[in-house]
Parts: sequence; structure tokens; C-alpha cells
Amino acid sequence: MKKEGKIQVWQDYQKEIADDHYFYVRSCIRQNFFPGSEQTFLKILREELDKDIYENPHHTTCSGIGYHSDIVPFDTIQTIAARQFALMTEAGYQNLAVSCITSFGIYNEIIETWKEFPAELEKVRHYLKEATGREFEIPQNVAHASDIVYKFRQKIADKAKHPLINQQTGKPLKIVEHIGCHYSKMFPCKGVGGAEFPHVLVGMIEAWGGEVIDYPERRHCCGFGFRQYLVMSNRGYSVSNSRKKFESMEPYHPDAIVSNCPGCPMFLDRWQYVIEEMEGKTYGENGQGIPVMTYEEMAGLVLGYNPWDMGMQMHQTNVEPLLDKMGIEYDPELKYANKEGKQIGKPMMVGCGY
Amino acid sequence: MNYFRVVITTNSKMELYQELTKDVRFTEGLKSCMSCGVCTAICPAAEFYDYDPRIIASIVQSKDEEKIEELLKSDVIWYCGECMSCKTRCPRGNCVGLIIMALRALSQELGFFAESEKGRQQLVIKRVIGENIVKKGYCILPENLVPELHPEQGPVGEWIFENKVEVYKRVGANYQGDGVGALRKIPQESLDEISRIFDVTGGFERFGKIEHFSKIKAKSMGFADDTEELTDYINHTFTTNNGKHNRQ
Repeated sequence: MKKEGKIQVWQDYQKEIADDHYFYVRSCIRQNFFPGSEQTFLKILREELDKDIYENPHHTTCSGIGYHSDIVPFDTIQTIAARQFALMTEAGYQNLAVSCITSFGIYNEIIETWKEFPAELEKVRHYLKEATGREFEIPQNVAHASDIVYKFRQKIADKAKHPLINQQTGKPLKIVEHIGCHYSKMFPCKGVGGAEFPHVLVGMIEAWGGEVIDYPERRHCCGFGFRQYLVMSNRGYSVSNSRKKFESMEPYHPDAIVSNCPGCPMFLDRWQYVIEEMEGKTYGENGQGIPVMTYEEMAGLVLGYNPWDMGMQMHQTNVEPLLDKMGIEYDPELKYANKEGKQIGKPMMVGCGY
Repeated sequence: MNYFRVVITTNSKMELYQELTKDVRFTEGLKSCMSCGVCTAICPAAEFYDYDPRIIASIVQSKDEEKIEELLKSDVIWYCGECMSCKTRCPRGNCVGLIIMALRALSQELGFFAESEKGRQQLVIKRVIGENIVKKGYCILPENLVPELHPEQGPVGEWIFENKVEVYKRVGANYQGDGVGALRKIPQESLDEISRIFDVTGGFERFGKIEHFSKIKAKSMGFADDTEELTDYINHTFTTNNGKHNRQ
């Protein structure tokens, strides 16, 4: 499709994103694998953008991984979501900021279900009241955390210390973006750019100086598949889907992969290590892997944050090739240090393929 | 908290199709399938497993009770990854992923899940993810990422696991701490609310059915009633793959 056509389609998928005053709900996977990304997001909003974002310690998992592995009934997850909304209502907020794509998809699914099946809403109000005594309002705005970063991408660009430029060549870094299925495949109108041309990461990459790689399997699932990863004997499904993406992106020589979803960057990071172990195959330069980052990490690097403060040492695939290209200075000795700067041991091996 | 309030409702005269239509996700997922196969073309599971979402839609649309029962007892309904790619592509707005969710719910309701290798995995998912949700307020926890069970996490994952307190502190998390922050300890009164939600909405009832039917199956498969824990049976379902699931 010509660019003009894409712009037209894009205009059909504009999304309203609240400007301020967010009630933040965390991601189970993000907290386990890349908790520094959530901290980075909050820091950017509060310190760089001067926004009000509130976290209530009483909010819990949305139970989404249980729901999508089918041990949690729909009535149960609807009521847990309603409890999150009740906490938001009680705190005086109307805009939900969601750290997790799975949760984001679920909140949208539930709110759309309530519109189409009002009896479900009444049932859930009754369940919540009976179980907790709480009442709730439906959020006026539901934004994925990346939507908010996207909305303020130009303000971040204005403060950029390390744009997405290869300092060795002066050319834009070539970046693969991975959206995460539940961001917009179920409800295209809920995602920036819809399901056909999701623009949420493209907008960030282009605003910060990078170049987006288009490749055949760009929209293919990372392979999480919930039960397909959770159970050891099913994990062939998961690694096979990631492998399909790596094989497809390899000819375009990406400098990095950036992901929208909490789970996807973990899989795209770890499965590169596994594929090297299984097949001896690597997909990056010089026999290394392709560095993978979250969009919060990408924003933080652009803003000049310390990669180890953001938790980039928690990646199996080395991120240093990307840091070097961006001209970011870092202390390798502090990569595996604790908060006080003391070494806490090192992984037996980092990266994949060397 | 009532894990053990299990009401077994297996009824041989139950009309399976009618049961499916009580699930709003089924109503949303199956409008009118013309069997074009676009869902199969886009489906990650169909590429990996011997799985065809077009056939799933076709079977349930036929209202053939015998075939639906066969489906509910089969491995096939457990192949979907619920990525919902089918939703985007279907020209008629169907979503086989939602149909699958309704089928899996009914399969667990009736105990049919225990008849297939993939279905039997529901017990280990309930024991880990389900227990985490109600006891800790998270779906997953750092303690779950035991290197022997998660070799894919690699040496870095092992380093994180062995040094989790210091690593999480270093990156700004509040691991097992009070107040806000990543991996904070969820207050007990909030966990009590989650438990009551599970109680009134049928969450514990489903857990109970997964346990109940798994116990019967474990016994029939020769796993001596080794305790309530069913450790050997769980290890078996977590690691066994008969090698017959994949597309050849």
C-alpha cells in the first residue's frame, strides 16, 4: 500500500489517550522479568513529563494469565477487573494506565462485553458488592502505558541525549518493533493505528531518530501462547514461533528489537539463547544475538538513563552492542553489582553464541 | 476460602451445544462461519500443531453433539495459544479463540479435560498460577522460576533466581516489601477480597473440579493415590509429550 493509503487507514484508527491523572495497574510479567521498565515509565511520567500517576498498593494481578490458560472463569476475572476499577473510583481517578498488554486486552474485552451484554455488568456489580462491599465506575479512558509514552514522544525527543542514531555511521538505527497480539488484534480501535498499522512503537522510533524495519512476519505472535509456555512439554510451540520471526527479520539486519508487551521481550530475548544452544544459530552481528528492549528501556536510553538502573542486565542477550552504537557510556564492572555497588556474582554466561 | 466446594454436574443428557451458548464468549466468537479458512491461514497454532481452527468452528456450528463431545475430550482444543489473531482476520467477525475458551470451560466443567494429554495439564497450571493468584495476588512470582523447570531462562535467569533479593532491589523493585512498587507484598485484606471473589464467582468451584477430576484420572492411570499433592502425576503432565501433536 502506498504511504497515502496508510495515512488514510491510520486516520481511521486514532485513539484518545488521556492527558494526565492516571491510575496505574502493574503487569505480573513485567514485575518479574523487567521491573526496572515499570520504574522507568513512572520516572519518565513524573520527572520528565510532570504527570500525576497514582499506584494503589491494594491492586492485584488481573488474573489474566490464569484466564487465558483457562483456569480462571470469565465471571471471576470480570469481578477482579471490577475491583481494580473500584480502587480507581475510590481514589478519584477516571483514567486507567495499564502496564500489561494481556491486562489491557482483558479490560477492553470486559468493558466491551458490558456494553454488548448489560446483564453481565449487573451480575458483576452484584458479585463485587457481595464479595467486597465495593462499587465502581467504568474507566473513562483505558490506555496502555505505551500509548502514554507515544502521546508524549515529541516531548521525550526534545530532551533526547542519545537519539536512535548509530554514532559510528551517523545513520538511523534499524529497529524491529513487536506489538504484542492482545494490544489491538482483538479490538483494533483500542490501539494506536489499529491492528493493520499499529503505530504506537513506530511513532516512538521515528520521533527519536530510528528507522523501522518492515519484514514479512512483523505481526506474527512471539509464541507465548499462555499454556504453550507455562507447561514445559508445550514450549516447542513458543520457541518455534519466535524462531519464525527471527528467521524472517534476519535478512534486514536489525540493530535491535523493541517490544510493546511485557512477555514478548522476555521470549524474544531468551529464545535467542535457546536457539543458539539448540541449533548453534544466532541472528545478530558478529555471531551475537539481536539486542531486545522494552519501549520503556528505549525511552530511558534516549533520555540518557543508566542502563543498569533500568535493569538491562536482566536480559540474556547482550545489550552492549546497542549501547555501543548509540554511544552510551556504561561501566561493565557495575553491570552485576547490587544497589550499593558491590558485586553479587555473575551469570555463568551472558549473550548467545559466544 | 472454599477450595473444596465441588458440585459435580456431569449429566449425560446435557445438551452440549446449548451449554456452550450460555457463555457470552461463545456467542461473540461464533456468528456465522462460512469456512473460508482465513483463521487457519493466520493461526500460529495451526502452523505448529495438527490443529485447524476452521474445523473447530465447523464442528460447533454443526451442533453435532457427538462431535462436540469428542472435541471436549480431545487434545485439539488445548492447542490454541489464545493470541486472537483469528479475530482480526475473520471476514465475518468470528473468533475461534473465544470459541476455544468456551469449549475449555465446558471441558473442565464436565471433567472431559482429563481425557487428553494436553487437557490434563490444567492441574499443574491451577496449582501454580491459580494458587499464586489467590495466595499472593500475582499470576507468577520470582520463586516460580526455578532453573531446572525453566532452563530457557538461561544463565542470566539463574543468576537472577539465586540473587533475587539483591537484583530486584538494584533495579528499583520492592520485592516482598510493604507499600507500592513492583513485586510488593499484596496486603492480606486484599488477598481476602480476591478469595471472596473466587468464592462467589465460581473460581474456587472450577479449581475444585480440576482437582477432583485429576485425582480420579491419576488413579486410573496408575499413579497411586500418593497424597493430595499428586506430585508424580503433576510431574508427568508437566513433562510428557507423546510426540503426536505436531503437524507433520
